[in-house]
Amino acid sequence: MTALAAKLRWLLFALTLFTGFLLAGSATAQQASSVDPNASAVKEDQLLQQLHTVRGLGSIPDSKSYTLEQLAGPEWRHYHEVTLRWIGAICILGALAVLIFYYLTRGMIRIESGRSGRAIVRFGPYERFIHWMMAACFVILALSGLNITFGRPLLLPLMSPEAFSTLSAWSKYAHNYLSFPFTLSVILMFFMWVADNLPTRVDIEWLKRGGGMIGHDHPPAYRFNAGQKLLFWIVFLGGSAAAISGYMLIFPFYGTDVHTMQLAEIGHSIIAMLFIGTMLAHIYIGTIGMEGAFEAMGSGTVDVNWAKEHHQLWLEDEKAKARQAPAQARPSASPGD
Amino acid sequence: MARMKFLCDADRCIECNACVTACKNEHEVPWGINRRRVVTLNDGKPGERSISMACMHCTDAPCQAVCPVDAFYTTADAVVLHSKDICIGCGYCFYACPFGAPQYPRIGNFGTRGKMDKCTFCAGGPEPDGSAAEYEKYGANRLAEGKLPLCAEMCSTKSLLAGDGDIIAQIYKERVVTRGYGSGAWGWKTAYGETVSS
Repeated sequence: MTALAAKLRWLLFALTLFTGFLLAGSATAQQASSVDPNASAVKEDQLLQQLHTVRGLGSIPDSKSYTLEQLAGPEWRHYHEVTLRWIGAICILGALAVLIFYYLTRGMIRIESGRSGRAIVRFGPYERFIHWMMAACFVILALSGLNITFGRPLLLPLMSPEAFSTLSAWSKYAHNYLSFPFTLSVILMFFMWVADNLPTRVDIEWLKRGGGMIGHDHPPAYRFNAGQKLLFWIVFLGGSAAAISGYMLIFPFYGTDVHTMQLAEIGHSIIAMLFIGTMLAHIYIGTIGMEGAFEAMGSGTVDVNWAKEHHQLWLEDEKAKARQAPAQARPSASPGD
Repeated sequence: MARMKFLCDADRCIECNACVTACKNEHEVPWGINRRRVVTLNDGKPGERSISMACMHCTDAPCQAVCPVDAFYTTADAVVLHSKDICIGCGYCFYACPFGAPQYPRIGNFGTRGKMDKCTFCAGGPEPDGSAAEYEKYGANRLAEGKLPLCAEMCSTKSLLAGDGDIIAQIYKERVVTRGYGSGAWGWKTAYGETVSS
């Protein structure tokens, strides 16, 4: 009896074990066919479409290296290779074309009533120093900057790669270090001339009559006419923006990453091209465009007839001041009388 | 001539960073520069993947296109190399590179980054093959010795493949067919304008 019971128990045990194995076997078979190790894995296309950049984690201390891929790079490349060259060509060649056309049709704007032979001080030594410090820096900054964009297609074919590399390296240093006196001159210029460059009602009239270059008469103006005021604000705002974006590039990775530096370079280069176009027009008016204009920044004095024609209200103010000055000076100079 | 490429099989990479170490040692890469690095995506989550990334030696390379002094050149094996004698350290290749390959020996305030450094596919630089000058500037030139890049050669799981593009793509395709899945050849679309489909 006990022997039979023992045999039965063994049989039952074996059966249970067997069904257990069977069940387990079918379960693993089912599992193998349903599991895809890649089901929840990250997909490159998906990440790039969603984020435009793929970033993860790494074992290297340099966290910049955790960016696996950034598609903004090739887009920036297209800007630098195509868009910027068009912007530069339009700004510079466009400005030159307009100025040459203007010179050929209107020529130099003369002092209509001729020179009086009497001069009046327009810009003092300090003002001229700031102006020429800014101008000298600007010319070198502009040329060295243009070399980065246009040097490879235009200058490199004319010289050996080593010579061009040396030239570019020096112009890069000039660009970086001259940015400091340039920025300083923009700041000093702002405080020096801002009072004379606030827009007034006279400017609207001046603009309506097309100023001295587009119109054919001489609308009255104080120390600076509306065109000069516009230039002042272009230089101040453009110069500041160029300085800020430039310093973001000179000091890489101080609060910036590759993306902000790409944007800084785009901003910096567009501002620079517009700036260069504007300055071509400024240089034109200051030299061959208008008789008697260069002296203002050269010797610091202008002919009285020039002042009468271009800055009538300023001349009247200066005359009034000159009349008042001796009258004011007298009582203070002789207190003991 | 072969068209050299890298391919990282993300389903095999175990994030051991041996490729990174091998590269640093083989080329005596300066402190602070890593020509190759391993990036882990979704770290610690289901579907985590690691990818070993370096310069991909792109077809129509963005770095080469934007370089203001034309310091880059492409070898007959389609490896993108550069001359440290011509480089002015402006940083433009770093802005343009989709893979963050170009690096500079110094932080670079006032534009003093120094000469750019990046993966050479173990193919040196413009100096004579195997010369001391070449080794000092660019590291070992294994390709000239008939060897493939060390990072891929010593990869323990054979995740990282380097060599002729057609051959490594074929190896990868066979793997995908055999195991039944593959997360794709990372960076290939960006670098070469093509993908590996099994």
